Amino acid sequence: MADGAAPVLNVRDLTTVFKTRSGAVHAVNSVSFSLKPGELLGIVGESGSGKSVTMMSLIGLIPAPPAIVSGEAVEFGGLDLLTATDDELRRIRGARIGFVFQDPMTSLNPVFTIGHQIMEPLRKHMGMTKPEARARAQALLELVGIPDAERRLKDYPHQFSGGMRQRVMIAIALACDPEVLIADEPTTALDVTIQAQILELMHELRAKLGMAVIWITHDLGVIAGIADRVLVMYGGQIVEHADVRDLFKQPRHPYTRALLQTVPRVRGERAERLEVIEGQPPILHAAPSSCSFAARCPFSFERCLRENPARFEVGPGHDAACFYDFDAGGPRHVG
Amino acid sequence: MLNYTIRRLLISIPTLLFISLVIFLLLDLAPGDPMSSIPLTVPPEVKEKMREALGLGEPVHIRFLNWLYQFFVVEPQVAWDHLFGTDFAEGKQRIISFQSRSPVMTVVAERMPQTLWVVGLSYVIGILIALPIGIISAYKQYSWFDQIGTFISMIGFSIPTFFSGVLLIVVFSVILQWFPSIYDTTHTVTDWGSFWYQVKQMIMPVSVLALYNAAQISRFMRASMLDNLNQDYVRTARAKGMSEKVVVLSHVLRNSMIPVVTVIALGVPTIFGGAIITEQVFQVNGLGQMLITAIYASDAPMVQTLTFIFAVLIVLFNLIADILYGILDPRIRYD
Repeated sequence: MADGAAPVLNVRDLTTVFKTRSGAVHAVNSVSFSLKPGELLGIVGESGSGKSVTMMSLIGLIPAPPAIVSGEAVEFGGLDLLTATDDELRRIRGARIGFVFQDPMTSLNPVFTIGHQIMEPLRKHMGMTKPEARARAQALLELVGIPDAERRLKDYPHQFSGGMRQRVMIAIALACDPEVLIADEPTTALDVTIQAQILELMHELRAKLGMAVIWITHDLGVIAGIADRVLVMYGGQIVEHADVRDLFKQPRHPYTRALLQTVPRVRGERAERLEVIEGQPPILHAAPSSCSFAARCPFSFERCLRENPARFEVGPGHDAACFYDFDAGGPRHVG
Repeated sequence: MLNYTIRRLLISIPTLLFISLVIFLLLDLAPGDPMSSIPLTVPPEVKEKMREALGLGEPVHIRFLNWLYQFFVVEPQVAWDHLFGTDFAEGKQRIISFQSRSPVMTVVAERMPQTLWVVGLSYVIGILIALPIGIISAYKQYSWFDQIGTFISMIGFSIPTFFSGVLLIVVFSVILQWFPSIYDTTHTVTDWGSFWYQVKQMIMPVSVLALYNAAQISRFMRASMLDNLNQDYVRTARAKGMSEKVVVLSHVLRNSMIPVVTVIALGVPTIFGGAIITEQVFQVNGLGQMLITAIYASDAPMVQTLTFIFAVLIVLFNLIADILYGILDPRIRYD
């Protein structure tokens, strides 16, 4: 995609801390990344790695309190989203940044018609009249491949299947022609065939509309199929960042390597036993002072427990937050 | 929906007939004798004649069928005659109160306005207070507003109306002498002065009952709002850039009202029957008070008729609650 173009979204040093009764939880720790126009950025990580919280934080969808969102800047459209007022954020949400959430069964309001729910952002952000909004809503339903769109506008969410509801969610997210679409595990709750259909639909829509997409998932197979670049998250930090080819060919962080080994292979005579990563992802009660993966890492050594690694450049457009140098086969000799 | 309503109405006929039989038999088995208030100087044989004059000499099934005929045939005819000046009920025996020897339904019609004004008004006021309190308490959960609201509802919930009523009388009638302690049913409103007197005599009974109703309904409202505020569709609404007003008062409230409306509808029959004690405390000449005096005097026709009317209201408002549920929640379809 358009290399070197100014990023649409630039996140620098984003940190989110939840103040709970049992102490603070550092869910997002100094996350920095940028999103280029029209690219699809995949974010992978297991449950609790801070993928969703990162996305919710940068657009003010995290309830604060209990959350405290801080950081250097989240630049979007000439605005710093961290210092923007609630009103400014509301004008961006749903208009310039669209969202698709994980569970289509509960993400739509059960008592309003689909038409009403698609028309809401159109009327608010684009100032459309009711007939205009209805015409656009119908066009959107057709765009996401829902047959008989005119009649379906009057239906309620419970009259749609899971896959169809996720299509409706995508229609809502795309309603105001957003520059960025954030899809938070949009296919996780769907069965495999429906998942393939939604992925196919996203491919088409991106080709047609050209928006940038952030695709959150824990499924590496999905990422391999659609992403341009990938961020791997662990313990609320980005541990590796690479082009999708590089990541699968030359993973440079032990966590990414371990993740790739957990993908089941079906080639060969008999299925092998699934690899697992032993242990649990950490719950951080303080800002990390050591590598958060060290406890589960087969390559860890003394320095990993003492210092939290920065993201070292390991190749062009490829960085990894690890003190172990896979190219050299030993500890990295840096600062 | 119409089909369902008709079916339900038809089912309620045998239900109500059975209820009326149970009430009748229970009253017949109950101790007490309508003659017990007759002075002891009246000779037994005269008492026996009086009993026969009241129709008490007949066997129980004849008395029951008589009552059924009078309630379902004669009384409607009387009402019809009264409205359209016909004379269908000419010369037919109506349900007669043992105490006053006047037709029960005439007394009910006389007492009804007092009850509707005092108890009905308190129900409406209770609802109007409870809904905003419930909504704000839930939206600002654990705020000082919520804490105070919770405390007051707990008081309203746990202090019986016969206590809070007497307490108000002691404070405001006896010590401060602001309001009359006895409700004057014969008072008519003719000018501003008499209107003010009417307001003053209604304040205490209405506020006692309103507090009690508001306590219950605000708890329901709060719980229902809390259930919905954390739903995924609320996050979707926020992600669409909807204002908090739209999110809470349109998206969340529409869903939260579904169980609350049901509770409110089911509570309506208690307007007629449930305020018995409060009416007694403030000497409001309403239906509740009439029921109490009728029970003391073993006035079986009066008790039977009033209790049956309450039963009809309960069955009716159950049906209304179900229908409202079907209207408010598109997921419920009865056909």
